[in-house]
Amino acid sequence: MKKGVAVIECVQEIPCNPCVAICPFQAISMDGINGIPIVDFNKCTGCKQCVSICPGLAIFIIKTKDNKAHITIPYEFLPVPAKGDIVTALDREGKERGEGKVIQILKRGKTSVITIEADKKLAMNIRNIKV
Amino acid sequence: MRIINHPIIDFEKRKKLHFNFNNKKITAYDTDSIASALHAAGVKVFSHSLHHKRARGFFCGIGKCSSCFMTVDEIPNVRSCITPVQENMDVHQQEIAGTLPKKPFTRLQKKDINMEVVVVGSGPAGMMAALTAVKQGASVLLLDENYRVGGQLIKQSHKFFGSQEEKAGIRGIDIATELQKEITNHKHIEVMLSTSLFGCYQNNSTYELMAIQRHDTNQQLIAIHSKALIFCCGAMENMFAFPNNDLPGVYGAGGVQTLMNVHGVMPGNKVIMIGAGNVGLIVSYQLLQAGVEVDRVVEAMPTIGGYHVHAAKLRRCGVPIQTSHTIKEALGKDKVEGAIIAAVDKCFTPLPGTEEKVTCDTICIAVGLTPSIRLLEQLGVNTEYIPEAGGTVAIHDANMQTSAPGIYVAGDSSGIEEASTAMIEGELAGCSAAAALGYSNHAKEMQQRCKDSLKQLRSGPFGETARRCKDKIACCCEGGMMH
Repeated sequence: MKKGVAVIECVQEIPCNPCVAICPFQAISMDGINGIPIVDFNKCTGCKQCVSICPGLAIFIIKTKDNKAHITIPYEFLPVPAKGDIVTALDREGKERGEGKVIQILKRGKTSVITIEADKKLAMNIRNIKV
Repeated sequence: MRIINHPIIDFEKRKKLHFNFNNKKITAYDTDSIASALHAAGVKVFSHSLHHKRARGFFCGIGKCSSCFMTVDEIPNVRSCITPVQENMDVHQQEIAGTLPKKPFTRLQKKDINMEVVVVGSGPAGMMAALTAVKQGASVLLLDENYRVGGQLIKQSHKFFGSQEEKAGIRGIDIATELQKEITNHKHIEVMLSTSLFGCYQNNSTYELMAIQRHDTNQQLIAIHSKALIFCCGAMENMFAFPNNDLPGVYGAGGVQTLMNVHGVMPGNKVIMIGAGNVGLIVSYQLLQAGVEVDRVVEAMPTIGGYHVHAAKLRRCGVPIQTSHTIKEALGKDKVEGAIIAAVDKCFTPLPGTEEKVTCDTICIAVGLTPSIRLLEQLGVNTEYIPEAGGTVAIHDANMQTSAPGIYVAGDSSGIEEASTAMIEGELAGCSAAAALGYSNHAKEMQQRCKDSLKQLRSGPFGETARRCKDKIACCCEGGMMH
């Protein structure tokens, strides 16, 4: 996870494949339009394109650096935080798990793609923020 | 109750205006319907029931349920949810049926229109049907009861699923804008809005459709003559029975979505969502985006019916989804003030001792849709009750033609499904209708492409209901019977 890779939390066979189409490195594969997306972690560079396009807001980028994790989430609420802000990190049940520092904000249309730096232990738990 | 800043939708460009309600001046915006303006002004009681004088309010928000009737500029029974607010409009609550104005308000002189293809309903199916037929060379009339084209697309602020061809990753509202622009730019598509079709007749090989177009306080009677009709009338939100389900504040999920995403009005401050199908899950998320608190989602089935990615988005915001639970009753005097939620057993019977009293001001109903086929029934086409379709539907062949030659159906009114399949069915119906009139350039390839796309979209586990629905329709088409 040192370079950052996409983790796709889409586990059902739903007719949807924009992640496959948008990946510049063809790192995401899918069996037909209903298949479950599979990431080839060798090809994935963590570029975040798929995070911004996924209609289910189900793709995250996880990168580890020393004892920190950089977690990138899609975000479609207001207010949008600013770079440097400290936000509350939430897990998949919306429970507060600690703090995160906003280190990058990108945008595709109305979707913000926000990267926060948080405790490495929470890399596979944090999936949302509270501003 | 106005949404000022929204993460997805821009409400800044609206202009203020004023109208009168029960002789009181109300401030509104040019983006309002009468119903949304009243809602924003805190008016939730729209009328009272006939005998017990129970307070009644808004429900479906799309002109189908008649809960929002008001007298507007002396004309009674106006659907305030699909009537745009205008400066100095005079709106009155009406009790019972309202009374007719003394002065004449209808231009009884009937206007006759002849058109090659008539598309009824301008939602995703209707817009695609109209665009496809016109591109094949036919002249097209596109009708809608509402004052805007786009049907349900104009409130879908989320990104669509599907494939690139079906505009995956693009928001429904942006698809609507794109299609609307295309329609406006086509000189051979005539669009008639605020037009209600009330009678459909057959005159030898031509169909005659009677309609009323509402122009402010004047109504124009119109007779439309055509040989090819495409019905894309969509569907209507279901209600289900529980004590006090008629209180103002009990709204259909689509109605809530209309208030928020079309008119920029918050439906309430704290919502309980009934139904964890895709509509319930998506609208719950959109409520959060609009700044409304969602207390919980309640689902009678033991599992979540919608996509788990939609459920996950809600869960990571801390919204509980209670499966095997139901609403036992709504609480409140003239409006929703709370609800009793209870666990249910396998037969959906509430389990005694599990009741929980919850405070809320809005109860949102997302328990399914029923196809709208009244106009098709008037024409006497073959219909059948098919549970997988959501109710009674018109039987159609693989090219979307009903049992009557020249009459086609597409979208939710041919079986409850998705916007993506509605658009493809619309394209298929538009192509077939034009081809039957002689505009058949590459029609067979287009029809096959549509059928292949539909098959692919319906091929996964979530497509099972649609596959069974369409299989049963095909079976009825070939003379099979449902019983």
